[in-house]
Amino acid sequence: MPLTKHLKVAIIDSNPALGSKVCFKKEDPPDPRVSTVTPATISLFKDVGAWQYIERHRHAYFDKMQVWDYTGLGYTSYNARDINKEILGCVVENKVLHGSLLSCIENKDFQKTIYPSRLTSMTLHPRSSPMGMDSTSSRTPSSSLRHLAKLELTDGNSLYAKLVVGADGGKSRVRELAGFKTTGWNYSQNAVICTVEHTDGNQCAWQRFLPAGPIALLPMGDNFSNIVWTMNPKESMDRKSMSEDDFVKDVNNALDYGYGPRPKSSLLGNEDMFSWLRGYVTLSANECFEVPPKVVKLASERMVFPLSLMHANDYASKHVVLIGDAAHTVHPLAGQGVNLGFGDAFALSRVIAEGIAVGTDIGEVSLLKKYEAERKLANITMMAILDGFQKAYSVDFGPLNILRAAALHGAHYISPLKRSIISYASGEQRLPLFS
Amino acid sequence: MASKLLSHSHLRVIYSSNTRICSNPTRATRALLNLRPFSDSSSPPPLEMPQSHNNTINDTGMGRGSTPSLSSLKELELVKFASIAETWWDSEGPFKPLHVMNPTRLAFIRSTLCRHFGKDPNSARPFEGLKIVDVGCGGGILSEPLARMGATVTGVDAVEKNIKIARLHADLDQVTSTIEYCCTTAETLVEEERKFDAVIALEVIEHVADPAEFCKSLAALAVPDGAAVISTINRSMKSYATAIVAAEYLLRWLPRGTHEWSSFLTPEELVLILQRANISVREMAGFVYNPLTGRWSLSDDISVNFIAFGTENSKYENK
Repeated sequence: MPLTKHLKVAIIDSNPALGSKVCFKKEDPPDPRVSTVTPATISLFKDVGAWQYIERHRHAYFDKMQVWDYTGLGYTSYNARDINKEILGCVVENKVLHGSLLSCIENKDFQKTIYPSRLTSMTLHPRSSPMGMDSTSSRTPSSSLRHLAKLELTDGNSLYAKLVVGADGGKSRVRELAGFKTTGWNYSQNAVICTVEHTDGNQCAWQRFLPAGPIALLPMGDNFSNIVWTMNPKESMDRKSMSEDDFVKDVNNALDYGYGPRPKSSLLGNEDMFSWLRGYVTLSANECFEVPPKVVKLASERMVFPLSLMHANDYASKHVVLIGDAAHTVHPLAGQGVNLGFGDAFALSRVIAEGIAVGTDIGEVSLLKKYEAERKLANITMMAILDGFQKAYSVDFGPLNILRAAALHGAHYISPLKRSIISYASGEQRLPLFS
Repeated sequence: MASKLLSHSHLRVIYSSNTRICSNPTRATRALLNLRPFSDSSSPPPLEMPQSHNNTINDTGMGRGSTPSLSSLKELELVKFASIAETWWDSEGPFKPLHVMNPTRLAFIRSTLCRHFGKDPNSARPFEGLKIVDVGCGGGILSEPLARMGATVTGVDAVEKNIKIARLHADLDQVTSTIEYCCTTAETLVEEERKFDAVIALEVIEHVADPAEFCKSLAALAVPDGAAVISTINRSMKSYATAIVAAEYLLRWLPRGTHEWSSFLTPEELVLILQRANISVREMAGFVYNPLTGRWSLSDDISVNFIAFGTENSKYENK
């Protein structure tokens, strides 16, 4: 963007991947740390010219999704063609995402410096008192730096900045040093992440809700898929330490025949109840229930992460702003977390460009609050929905199960609702239902 | 009270020659204009003007044998602003409406000035090389963004305290520390024969004793074919309801008495007095406030706040 080209950027990150040019080869086994990027995020990447780098490495588009639960009372399947699109999303390893963004900025000409270190302290100078009339303003360097934020790093460097962007994840140090308060709670669940191999290819994203939490199978390309299995902490420790064969058996059990029956693909339902909707029924409503692919081998180590919901009460104050997981964390059940983060990042860059266009100081609170107002609504809406899902599916109670199944049916057959859901989850629509 | 120059026939001439002006004023305004006794003040020399109007009620009641440098300012207005000078940069204080409106005003200035001077609006410093004077700069709310956009800025204000505050704040940032602040008036700058590429006077003209003379000073500060940007509040029923009653009394956005409704100028009046000062108004826009989002935006609605961009046309005058 021409408006922001002149800004000097310092990236403070002790991640070794940033330092040397780590090339990863295609033969590398797939990393279990992956992200599912929505079409909206993909188009943002394309806008800045970073997506071309991702396409050179392993990535997997998928255009179908099937969601069901252990009660066997219903299922829903989505197809990208329901909203006239080609893909529902793409699953990319995190290291590929990092690498592509790094390659992208290396080829752009703006002043950037990478500090492979960590933040120890940060001083933001709040203008607490009105300026005194008698204070002399000496033009020494210290006075002109007085209004900037000062950061101190572990390697001894001191940096002065007009704006500090806290993009350092759920346990953000920037957020802690800036004193932002947060609201949230821990889900008493952990997620077990790993990569598995199966016999045939997979182009569909599968998610089955089990009593303790959902298990998701996401295609990664080349007969590999990523597993994200949410369960209570004790089971997660057991599953992490059990043998690989036992784990594979458990996974297949969870995906298909364990915990409950398969849902019946209700072709009959199409005939009687919904025939009057026939003309409006989406393509995927006519699809039968499909059985997910059988997992044959574990292809990576198993990693366990605790899950929680967190939202910072404010995203911005003078000279500092939070984006991504530093501002909010969500449950992985809908693959939205990183997409909210990318949405934040691109919104912030746009707001900064708009501010520079009218000569605003980029550390000013009024400008940063513009970004906050825009993203807070989108993030909180998504978080509320995901939290609602998490709570709805964590209770095994007869009438509630039937209600859930009815809702699943509704989402499957009622086309406007389904299109709305797909659009919203793809990031094409800002708010569910009312756009 | 500022003198208003128009009789109804003059108005009609203006409509045909200025195509960018919004549609005819409301019937209420027209009725108001008919009722007012107006006098033409362009003939008497500047110094004697305040005394030559028998029908003007000068509410400050001052004898105006004043020095030329203060001739277009009202003493009461100066006192009003001096008392709240420290709060200029408090974005939640009495100047909050100006802070909130600032980006919108700057957007208009940016697009009109870039178009006029042929600058690239997508550059981060489009005003590089332009000399701009911010008349009535106050605490520097407008001057600082203009400096960040690359302009060489001179800010003038008649209130000493404002200039001090502006200087202190501008020195905090290297980019804005180049702004030149002077505690003086437009008339004094004219006497010093200062010239600028663009003359900007936002939300000033309604506080000035003689708008016509003020506009002449602004025109004299501009180079030939220079730009002038003036913003003010329309004198309409709607502006009474919003800018006076709502803003000052109900919502308390502005301290009471900030504005005198009778000092407001209608767009037609502003265009005419600018025309007489050799500035042709090329574009006009209004500001509207959206209470749901809390933001201002540019629009065609000039019934309350409006801003005008004009060019100094002494190059082309055929008088």
